[in-house]
Amino acid sequence: MTETNGTKQNGAELDAEHWLQAYEQMVRIRSFEEAANELYTSARMPGIAHLYIGEEAIAVGMCEVLRQDDYITSTHRGHGHCLAKGAALDRMFAELLGKEAGYCRGKGGSMHIADQETGNLGANGIVGGSAGIATGAGMSIKLRGTDQVAVCFFGDGALGQGLLYESMNMAQLWKLPVIYVCENNQYGEYTHNSKTAAGSMIGRATGFGVHAQGIDGQDIRTVYSTARLVVDRARNGGGPAFLVCNTYRFRGHHVGDIDRPYRTREEEEEWAKRDPLKLLEDWLTKTRQADASVFERIQQDVQTAVDEAVNFALEAPFPEESEVERHVYA
Amino acid sequence: MSTLKNGIVCSPAIHAPGEREITFSQAIREAVAEEMARDERVFVIGEDVAEAGSVFKVLVGLLDEFGADRVIDSPISEAGIAGIGVGAAITGMRPIVDIMFGDFTTLVMDQMINQAAKTHYMSGGKLTVPMVLRTTLGASRRSAAQHSQSLHALFSHIPGLKVAVPATPYDAKGLMKSAIRDDNPVVIFEDKMLYQQKGPVPEGEYVLPLGQADVKRAGEDITIVATSSMVYTALEAVDKLAEAGISAELVDPRTTTPLDTETLIESARKTSRALVVDEGYQQYGVTGELAAVIADGAFYYLDAPVKRIGAMNVPVPFSPAMEDLTIPSADYVFETAKAMCG
Repeated sequence: MTETNGTKQNGAELDAEHWLQAYEQMVRIRSFEEAANELYTSARMPGIAHLYIGEEAIAVGMCEVLRQDDYITSTHRGHGHCLAKGAALDRMFAELLGKEAGYCRGKGGSMHIADQETGNLGANGIVGGSAGIATGAGMSIKLRGTDQVAVCFFGDGALGQGLLYESMNMAQLWKLPVIYVCENNQYGEYTHNSKTAAGSMIGRATGFGVHAQGIDGQDIRTVYSTARLVVDRARNGGGPAFLVCNTYRFRGHHVGDIDRPYRTREEEEEWAKRDPLKLLEDWLTKTRQADASVFERIQQDVQTAVDEAVNFALEAPFPEESEVERHVYA
Repeated sequence: MSTLKNGIVCSPAIHAPGEREITFSQAIREAVAEEMARDERVFVIGEDVAEAGSVFKVLVGLLDEFGADRVIDSPISEAGIAGIGVGAAITGMRPIVDIMFGDFTTLVMDQMINQAAKTHYMSGGKLTVPMVLRTTLGASRRSAAQHSQSLHALFSHIPGLKVAVPATPYDAKGLMKSAIRDDNPVVIFEDKMLYQQKGPVPEGEYVLPLGQADVKRAGEDITIVATSSMVYTALEAVDKLAEAGISAELVDPRTTTPLDTETLIESARKTSRALVVDEGYQQYGVTGELAAVIADGAFYYLDAPVKRIGAMNVPVPFSPAMEDLTIPSADYVFETAKAMCG
């Protein structure tokens, strides 16, 4: 199963072990999201959650090239980013359930998971709201003279936010090591981006002189090789980059959006053929680096870990009432 | 205690004989320069802060002293630089974000209210945002409705933010230094009309705690609470009241958040009357909050309802004939206080 591919295509310089790790990470996100959905539909999770299913290759492909001390900022659809950057399943679920053991002691919930130990500066409930924060992290990196990189994840909905353009302009002016990753999943909430984004998406960045690429966000090998390029470039003083990763939100805007009247089932079926997990499975199989038994074992191991994490979170205590007034001020 | 030429009473430690006097502007500049020298994590970013030394010339010389890496001229992108401040603060720096007119803080609201103010709480206490946003307030510069507002109440409303409104050069320096060292986002409002105001500022190192009011003038018959430049307006009224045989106590909260409720209430209990003066719009403003705090805490000691005077609830007009009507005047403060003591 570890037979390597001798060609020089995307990611071919990496061995099967690496790709199986990436596969496992994508499966972990997929299983996490399925479990979150189950917690919602069984009324065991307060509030809602925005699932990342279908977009896993972007978070994993980007974070695979990042170091632990690199930064990310995330979005309301952020579970995938947090997990890809190294967050633990149990504390993630605990946060989703509002438990004290959660990453934010139950104060943040699904949309605000932050974990400084893995460089996660926080998911954000404001669309595009973290563009400034990621850019500020880039400024901080420059002023402190380190070789860290900050990756700013956002969706195509954020292309409507002026803050993004203010931030990219300054990042380019000052050559800040910030990678702006637009996860173009086609819809801002319930509206297709053909109705909200005029002109060229890439052109929004090239106008500032920012290095920009549009890529297939379903293919983790493409995401990985592009990430390697722009992250190394930024780390070496080459300045910011802007990636438009074309992808699709396999589920609704949030767990409660089940009818999805704003798009067709045919469109969904077309995109389902390009499931990022399946694409990687196919490639690993075709190149004889792994087979179905390997994928099944990984899926089972991950499912066991997810089940344990869910149980941990369900049994974990809620915060004490005294917690409500803590952490308003440092 | 000793009395300065402008009537402000300071403790001997503040006003030692032979002590130098500097302007409010110089006090701010000194505070920033001292903190930048003390802590290399401190940097300044804003429109025209470097080459021009800021539009009010408050930061002149900082560029030469600390270089362009730490005194950064930005594009006209208020939200962007506020966001950069938040991100830099979370990742180990201590940014000072300069928003030249308080009116322009409307452009940074998401970054301050949804990001800076909530990051520490939402992260369960793991992330901190030690940033300062310095900006201005105050009318009467004939600058019309978009360059004259006093919007400190907007920020004072938000848990997670601290807000300072210094009136004197001494307070400005001490509060600015504390703000820079504070691990929370702090918004400092400097009245544009105070920049040339002189006052005693000791040469040596000192800081003033955020959340400690200052009794600028002790009195017996009525408490006048005033913020920022309204301290001077109130002082003028206090002098006139003295001529009329009324002894007024002037209390300056110095910060609206955190608010030193204890000093306000204690003073009102002592004098049995309280009048609050602030240059923000009166409706839903700082005066309302301060008056409510006093009414709650001193009700059984009061001989009159707590009164408040804010700016008129109109956009600040350009014409001097109208603009001056909109902000609290010393005469109006005097008349109101006198009537309360009648």
